[in-house]
Amino acid sequence: MSLQALIEEKLTTELTPSHIEVINESGNHGAPLGAESHFKVIVVSTKFEGKPLLARHRMVNAALKEELVEDIHALSMTTRTPAQWAAEGGDKVEPTPPCAGGSTSR
Amino acid sequence: MMSEDFGEEDSFGARAMQERTHAELQEMVSSHNILAFIKGNRLMPQCGYSGTLVNILQSLSVPFETVDVLADERIRQGIKDFSNWPTIPQLYLGGEFIGGADIVIELFQSGELQEMIEVAAAS
Repeated sequence: MSLQALIEEKLTTELTPSHIEVINESGNHGAPLGAESHFKVIVVSTKFEGKPLLARHRMVNAALKEELVEDIHALSMTTRTPAQWAAEGGDKVEPTPPCAGGSTSR
Repeated sequence: MMSEDFGEEDSFGARAMQERTHAELQEMVSSHNILAFIKGNRLMPQCGYSGTLVNILQSLSVPFETVDVLADERIRQGIKDFSNWPTIPQLYLGGEFIGGADIVIELFQSGELQEMIEVAAAS
């Protein structure tokens, strides 16, 4: 299974999202073709209701604990409740900044 | 197993080291109102996420300090354990962990960060 698919599976199991996107952004960061190091995830879940941003991000981090130790170099995330997601029109996600390539490990 | 004794010694040494690093980090975050752990320095951040965080702090015209985690592997790993947060950058205000780049960007866009920074800068 690709890392991308594994991330999607784990987040789906842990957070039962109504909407999930896992985007491999590795190509924007000078990584070789086919690399799986930089990801962006969009997770919409009722489990985020009443939780501040930090707590939501910790939930995502917890679900991907093992992958974050070695495999994932960078993980950008957008966490929304279904109500927030709908209010925002559902597709407004800011692009992540490109990496200047200062670190080759992690 | 023969290696058992050595194993225990190693983990004891490692634990003492971790405790020292933890104390050092606690001192760092408590003694600065606004402190960011980043890759590179504020003039030349080595990663887009760190660069974004520095740009946001600069735009708010408040004094802040940065720590380059690339300069010290012990700090780089230590700060992750300290905050229970797996990635860099990390922002601390008044000794409290605020979050990584995504969180700081969202708080900035909603106007909350400006308020939090004012409080932290005044303390």
